[in-house]
Amino acid sequence: MIASLLEIGLAQTQELSSVGFDLVNVFFGLIAVVAIAAALKMVSTANVVHAALYLLVVLSSVAAVYVLLGAEFAAATQVLVYLGAIMVLMLFGVMLTRAKIGKETDLDYEHRWVGVLVGILMFAVMGYSLIEEFGDQKIPNDNYAPIQTEAVANEIFSTYIVPFEALSVLLLAALIGAVVVARKD
Amino acid sequence: MMLAAIEFAYWQTTIFKLILALVVVLGAAGPSVYIYLFKMVSFMQSRLGPMEAGPYGSMQLLAEVGKSAQKEDIVPERADRFVFKAAPYVVLISTFLLALVVPFGPDAVFVDLDVGIFFALAVSSISVIGILMAGWASASKYSLLGGLRAAGQLIAYELPLVLAVVGVVIQAGSLNMQKIVDAQIQGEIFGQSVIGNPFILTQIIGFFIFMIAVQAELTQVPFDMPIAESELVSGYMTEYSGFRFLMFFIGEFATANIFAFMASVLFLGGWGVPQSLMDAIPGLATEIGVDGNIIYSNAFNVIGPIIMLAKMFALTFIIYWVRFTFPRFREDQLQKFAWKVLIPLALVNIAITGVLKVVF
Repeated sequence: MIASLLEIGLAQTQELSSVGFDLVNVFFGLIAVVAIAAALKMVSTANVVHAALYLLVVLSSVAAVYVLLGAEFAAATQVLVYLGAIMVLMLFGVMLTRAKIGKETDLDYEHRWVGVLVGILMFAVMGYSLIEEFGDQKIPNDNYAPIQTEAVANEIFSTYIVPFEALSVLLLAALIGAVVVARKD
Repeated sequence: MMLAAIEFAYWQTTIFKLILALVVVLGAAGPSVYIYLFKMVSFMQSRLGPMEAGPYGSMQLLAEVGKSAQKEDIVPERADRFVFKAAPYVVLISTFLLALVVPFGPDAVFVDLDVGIFFALAVSSISVIGILMAGWASASKYSLLGGLRAAGQLIAYELPLVLAVVGVVIQAGSLNMQKIVDAQIQGEIFGQSVIGNPFILTQIIGFFIFMIAVQAELTQVPFDMPIAESELVSGYMTEYSGFRFLMFFIGEFATANIFAFMASVLFLGGWGVPQSLMDAIPGLATEIGVDGNIIYSNAFNVIGPIIMLAKMFALTFIIYWVRFTFPRFREDQLQKFAWKVLIPLALVNIAITGVLKVVF
């Protein structure tokens, strides 16, 4: 009985996928809703640590989108760098300085409409350029395999070697600069 | 019907894997707590340990779990309720994600990710967030101090942990944990392939750095400043009781097990035995697939987990041996040790491995 139920289930999924119903799209929608809701809560919450935690949800949603796109390396890097390092550092800093529990009153920013305007502008520019560039191109669905790490490495160390090296030097300069600024003697 | 002919649907394998993940993460933590925390430490201190519950006290853990589960779930009055309650789950999620990529046999792996070990190192850092959440939301100075100490320590020791693995990755030529096992089974040392090439021989520095960093990541003695009981009561766990304390507790032991699993994959050859041994035993012979891939005997899906368990218990033995033997580092010594000893050493190890990889 279970086997026949399974067959029915399988047939239904195939039917659904033939009319363009795709689990990837469903999950993308779910992740996007979570990310947008968390982003809105992040700027509207009245507690600094809560804001940081909401930002955490946004960043992990981005990692989840990378996984959906088959970019495992980018997803793992997102988790390692943004969740594991930057967010931990931010939480660390916030908790070290003003770790109040409960609502704070002085978190409002009077020029918030400038921020909203910049946000809308950014959204318009990015949306326009994405649609202009890719239009209705689709990610190939039939041959859905994760991107191999070796391919990423080859691209970084051949096509993108100059920007990669430039970024490395920039980061090194920032590191040395931080040490110089922080040293008292 | 032949066993090999059974094909499972995606959701069936998913449920199967889900149950298996629970067994691997939680099931292995139980014996580990009993053998090491209850018995080994007792024998090291010339006492018997728990003896009443079950033969030789073997049911003691069940009694403890039962006790914790029926305790009241207390949330401090001024705590941030949601964050306080969510923190143990974040720590446990990190533990479960860690277990995903560990291979127990040629096919016995939850997800065979191409980024393998990189994914594991990335998700291991999520537990820090849980610890910070617990420390902050408890509304207690001891907890906050413990959380901050933990964060500072975990950031410092995550670097040597990652850098120690890089040496192995250079030698194996892949981030994928199956390929790392592969490289150790097929490898040879100076043309001798009798024992394969377990990377503990060539990456002995990396192995030591990895195990020390694991000890610090687990906040075990001598790196237990975050929960130092003589200064901070119990650090970020101070305000937790009952079920949620149990989650932290289980998370700690399960993570120790999984890090030991990872160390045995990276340095001790994982689920495999040397190729020469596979050739010598009839049932274990390997085949070459159509596209040149090496196909290992199916028997390793059964033998592999046993080998992995044996290696895991050997490595966790070392972890707890150190834990119950050494005195605690001071906070500044702890930071100095990471930044001035382990990280430079790991970088030198990477440089040497890179040069030797190019030369040979």
